[in-house]
Amino acid sequence: MASALINVPKKAKRGDVIEIKTLMSHIMETGYRRTASGELVPRDIITSFTCRYNGEEIFRADLFPAIAANPFITFFTVATESGKFDFEWIGDNGFSETASAAITVE
Amino acid sequence: MRKSEGSTRRRFLKFAGSAAVIGAVPVVSLRPVGATPDTMAAAIRTVVGTAAVQTGKVKLDIPPLVENGNTVPMTVSVASPMTANEYVKSIHVFNEKNPQPNVGNFYLGPRAGRAQISTRIRLADSQKIIAIARLSDGSFWSATAEVVVTLAACTEEVI
Repeated sequence: MASALINVPKKAKRGDVIEIKTLMSHIMETGYRRTASGELVPRDIITSFTCRYNGEEIFRADLFPAIAANPFITFFTVATESGKFDFEWIGDNGFSETASAAITVE
Repeated sequence: MRKSEGSTRRRFLKFAGSAAVIGAVPVVSLRPVGATPDTMAAAIRTVVGTAAVQTGKVKLDIPPLVENGNTVPMTVSVASPMTANEYVKSIHVFNEKNPQPNVGNFYLGPRAGRAQISTRIRLADSQKIIAIARLSDGSFWSATAEVVVTLAACTEEVI
């Protein structure tokens, strides 16, 4: 159901600062909206996003209902070595998704 | 006689004109009480503790006028060399009038290379946004932006 879009450069020179763009499809229901009959729609959001580079955490974010639906997050890192980026999204109602991307550093 | 007629008409037009101006001011819709400047200050205190927050170093890029509060692009960057000894530890974003004062906390490190993050946020009202950066030396720096929202997010009815 859920799907992630990751944008990481395939190749980089050692020491380059690279931009990583991530998007996870998710409704991010705030828990503050009501239906026409007045019932509160329960909160359903992603609460945490983590990025690891060859196992080491390089970026983490706590998300709140004020983050728009389909959370889009971009950040930077220094390309140090060839390897893998692992991305993890954790949220309400047991939501848990992972994605990964490889990079070759010359 | 004619003169007085003219003056009443003029007075009427003047009145009608001012009423139209008042009518043009958007009517404040009823929403559940949300975050206030006070709750935002409290949320900021839980992050910074008793440390002083200085203005500067942080750049908060957000459009000053947005049509749709459901998705507002935002970029926060911090002037920092991002070396092993001097780097940005985290960036925290707060709002004044959403139902909740927090927007997001972003944890970086010396490996980030550049202290900059982007995301898309929701705004329930025209309000002030504050981005605060925690530096490796323990100091806090901030930037503030005012955003005018014409269509609010968060609290509309689900159909």
